[in-house]
Amino acid sequence: MGILEGVKFTKEHEWAREEGGKVYIGISDYAQNALGDIVYVELPAAGKKVKAGDAISVVESVKTASDIYSPVSGTVIEVNDALEDSPELLNEDPYENYIAVIDPENLSELDKLMDEKEYREFCSEEE
Amino acid sequence: MAKLIFEMSRPGRTAYSLPPCDTATDLRDRKTAGQTGSDGKGAQEDVACSLIPERFRRKKDAELPEVSEVDVIRHFTELSRMNHGVDNGFYPLGSCTMKYNPKVNEDIAALEGFRAVHPYQADETAQGCIQILYEMDRMLKEITGMDRFSLQPAAGAHGELAGLMIIKAYHDYRGDTGRTKIIVPDSAHGTNPASAAMAGFEAIEVKSDERGGVDLKALKAAVGPDTAGLMLTNPNTLGLFDENIKEIARIVHDAGGLLYYDGANANAIMGICRPGDMGFDVVHLNLHKTFSTPHGGGGPGSGPVGVKKALEPFLPTPLAEFDGKQYRLDHDRPLSIGRVRSFYGNFGVILRAYAYIRTMGPDGLRKVSENAVLNANYLMHRLKDHFDLPYDRTCMHEFVLSYGKHKETGIRTLDIAKRLLDFGFHPPTVYFPLIVNEALMIEPTETESLETMDLFADTLISIAEEAEKDPEKVKSAPHRTYVSRLDEVKAARNPVLVHMD
Amino acid sequence: MYRYIPNTREDQEKMLSVIGVGSIEELFSDIPEDLRLNRDPELPAGMPEPELTAHMRSIASKNVSTADHPCFLGAGAYDHYIPSVVGHVISRSEFYTSYTPYQPEISQGMLQAIFEYQTMICRLTGMDVSNASMYDGATALAEAALMAVRSTGRDRVLVSRGVHPQYREVLKTYAANAGIEIVEIGISCGTTDHDELLAALSGLESSGQSNMDAGTAVPGAVAASKATGGTATGFTTTGGTVTSDMATVGTVTDRTAKGAGTAAVIMQSPNFFGVIEDMEAATALAHEHGTLSVACVDPISLAVIQPPGEYGADIAAGDGQPLGNPLNYGGPHLGFLAAKQNLVRKMPGRIVGQTTDSEGRRGFVLTLQAREQHIRREKAVSNICSNQALNALAATVYLSVMGKQGLKQAAELCLSKSHYAYSKLLETGKFEKVHDAPFFREFVVRAVDEPVEEINRRLLDRGIIGGLALERHYPEMNNCWLVAVTEKRTRQEIDAFVEAAVRGGR
Repeated sequence: MGILEGVKFTKEHEWAREEGGKVYIGISDYAQNALGDIVYVELPAAGKKVKAGDAISVVESVKTASDIYSPVSGTVIEVNDALEDSPELLNEDPYENYIAVIDPENLSELDKLMDEKEYREFCSEEE
Repeated sequence: MAKLIFEMSRPGRTAYSLPPCDTATDLRDRKTAGQTGSDGKGAQEDVACSLIPERFRRKKDAELPEVSEVDVIRHFTELSRMNHGVDNGFYPLGSCTMKYNPKVNEDIAALEGFRAVHPYQADETAQGCIQILYEMDRMLKEITGMDRFSLQPAAGAHGELAGLMIIKAYHDYRGDTGRTKIIVPDSAHGTNPASAAMAGFEAIEVKSDERGGVDLKALKAAVGPDTAGLMLTNPNTLGLFDENIKEIARIVHDAGGLLYYDGANANAIMGICRPGDMGFDVVHLNLHKTFSTPHGGGGPGSGPVGVKKALEPFLPTPLAEFDGKQYRLDHDRPLSIGRVRSFYGNFGVILRAYAYIRTMGPDGLRKVSENAVLNANYLMHRLKDHFDLPYDRTCMHEFVLSYGKHKETGIRTLDIAKRLLDFGFHPPTVYFPLIVNEALMIEPTETESLETMDLFADTLISIAEEAEKDPEKVKSAPHRTYVSRLDEVKAARNPVLVHMD
Repeated sequence: MYRYIPNTREDQEKMLSVIGVGSIEELFSDIPEDLRLNRDPELPAGMPEPELTAHMRSIASKNVSTADHPCFLGAGAYDHYIPSVVGHVISRSEFYTSYTPYQPEISQGMLQAIFEYQTMICRLTGMDVSNASMYDGATALAEAALMAVRSTGRDRVLVSRGVHPQYREVLKTYAANAGIEIVEIGISCGTTDHDELLAALSGLESSGQSNMDAGTAVPGAVAASKATGGTATGFTTTGGTVTSDMATVGTVTDRTAKGAGTAAVIMQSPNFFGVIEDMEAATALAHEHGTLSVACVDPISLAVIQPPGEYGADIAAGDGQPLGNPLNYGGPHLGFLAAKQNLVRKMPGRIVGQTTDSEGRRGFVLTLQAREQHIRREKAVSNICSNQALNALAATVYLSVMGKQGLKQAAELCLSKSHYAYSKLLETGKFEKVHDAPFFREFVVRAVDEPVEEINRRLLDRGIIGGLALERHYPEMNNCWLVAVTEKRTRQEIDAFVEAAVRGGR
């Protein structure tokens, strides 16, 4: 599976990447693979306040629906509108296509997440 | 591919027949409408126009089809031929109890003395209908060991919702307002947690143990002063009777919670044991499963909800009563949760189930369950060497196989199910319960013969063999149906939910 | 011996030997001994078919049937003509003995029929999307309210007292358990009081803004209600808990999280009294306050009356019984639920969508299933599983038979005949006007001389089923009579009805 450097991961298979003080959030390759063909992404509203662990989005395939939890507390400042019409982008390149961008209250929350190596191990245990 | 009825439409074609307007002239005199057309129809339209102010009138006609009566019959007959029902062949859809639907019950439901009764008629003019409701309540009480039934819920999930509202009303009435959680096993139907949420509870999941029953340790850890109740299907969705039911009831009751019985699987226990005796406080039954009424392509169903004495005041309103002479509907029930639907339930469905119980009698109902369980165990033994059987013990009316270890061929349960379609069988329930990987849930019911089950078993075994030898054939199934495998991803990504001309 | 159970003794022996047990009894060994019934249930003995048929006929004969008694009773269930074709189609057992179309390749018939149903409902209502049907009109409306609450994140719903009393009862039952506040808007001259509606909308809004203080009463609505003799029922808020006229309903949990303000305005047109409401104005009012508009409508009336889509309603719901479904003593009927496109993923129940098979042919499947209980469990938009597919099929066949012209003609006949009956009743001098407003198929009059129950009894003696005594449902409407006249009623029947409605004839 393809996992990028410098990206942090949650046990729920979200990824988070810090860039210029903002946190990009998406789902991992493992997650998109497990979900299968993604048919719909319910995006949060920009401006929404979230706490770490809050569900901010739902990713649906034909027979499943999976909540996406924010790994950090903060405010949603941007969502990936392209997913509205093309949810399959998450299948095609889950790391290029983020779901939302959070203005975090406390960047150190990212430290609690897994790095790529830890996540790789975590996934192989899940198998 | 069948045309849509809209694609058959030709302006000017008609299939309807209506009486002439025999009241127009007088009205025109009274209302002094505008111009009178030379034909009757024109006059009628004028009247209609004069009776509704312009601003309330529809501006553009609804584009309904314009077809002849022959068109209608041919169209829907063609559609019917693209559909598989119990009358077409074996339908071992686990948890759905697709038994034979007796024809005489259809004739009974079509009697004008039932079918054409208005629900607001005075009780004196609907004595037969109320009698059916009253006697049905009594018979279901006896079958389940409960004290009172409401026949109002329109389906199983609707019965669950009503039952949970009753549980809530009971706790609240006693001032016990901290009970906010409903415990649901991980093997439960999806409707259980959904109904709990809709009734304003939080659903708490408990794990199953290695024998497929409720894990007692997990249950003990889950109950507490916030427990409103436990929802349980017994036999459960694995087709297994939970032997610990008395202990489960004790744990929940000791914590102050109530027990809810999901009657989806009641076809296994009629005349053998009763939820009321197991300790359940609230029960719903699915008349469209256990009591042979047709499923109608997804409904109508009927989900009567029964309770123990202490919960009776909270049942939906109204209830049928009998004073020895007259039947009547009792609307004066101040503690009731209220109505959960209009009128008295799906009366036409209740009526068919009533006729079924009167046909079978007490001994017949017991034979139903005995043979349902016998058939399921037989079929399980025919198949267990060819599929994984995650819980290898005596089953009740259904059992769950797994087709989980076929990574090399890439064949999944879904493919096996689709291939069954080529042989005229409706597949079993697949991918449920969720706790079994690649599940196939099979419920033959008592109305199927040994020959049918043997043919099904032989077919399923040969498909399993074919999956090894010619996986492509199975993966691309079905091959002999009206359409081949449908693109569900496309349907969900770009929903087309109505026809556009 | 049991004709629905094919197993012979021989079959059973063979099966038991394959299983490897000695008796059927052994298969039940998981059931603790002391839980066994060990007796037959106390039920009447089984009946052979001829006896059963005779027994059921004798029970049926105790009912008065609209089949041979001209029916002037409506109030949410109507005696419309059902074309012969409808019964023939729904008696095809490929349809009625099938289950929910989980396996689309062998369920194309029902799936396509439902797709046609959804299309017809959308064309009738003017809405964008429809589901595959609900249990009945009352539950469809309650689900519409839940949908509005879900989409707006608000927890207060305004409902007109012109909405069917039973629908409001169901709405209250559902709402009480979901922590939703229901506020009723009174009636003035037969239609929803728009001043009261406005007061409720703005009153609620302002209390919503000061907000979060859940104890704030709703002065506008309550006062206005009282003024018109309506009740601002349901609920009064005190200190964050909600008490209601149903004694035991629970507390509102997490009010603040849901936000304040009104989720929806629910109105019915034609309303319970048959009167056509000004839905356009009400919808505009709702939208001005950022509130969804839910229209409860009658499907036959939509052939001639402005449909919800034309006045901009967000959700349309109603009972589809008038579309080819028998009265059935109240069920099975069907509820329909349609909405604007943007609400489709908040919609409860089954939805059928069009797609293609692996060879590119058109086909139909259940779709958008991630909304539903079997996937989302406690997070599903509703717990609903069954629809009323066979009743929806009947409605589809009915609308195919009636078509564009037929449905309009039926609606016009209802209009003409009901107005004829209305005029004739008033002419007798024994009945007086209650509302002076345009109506469809159904109207209210007040009996001047004698109780309407008495009139109904006399009608029954002459083989006629009279109207509904309204006082039980609206205590302020003393001796009011709700009369429905469908296209089935002949002038002769109406004349006989009017004649019998007057003591000693005319």
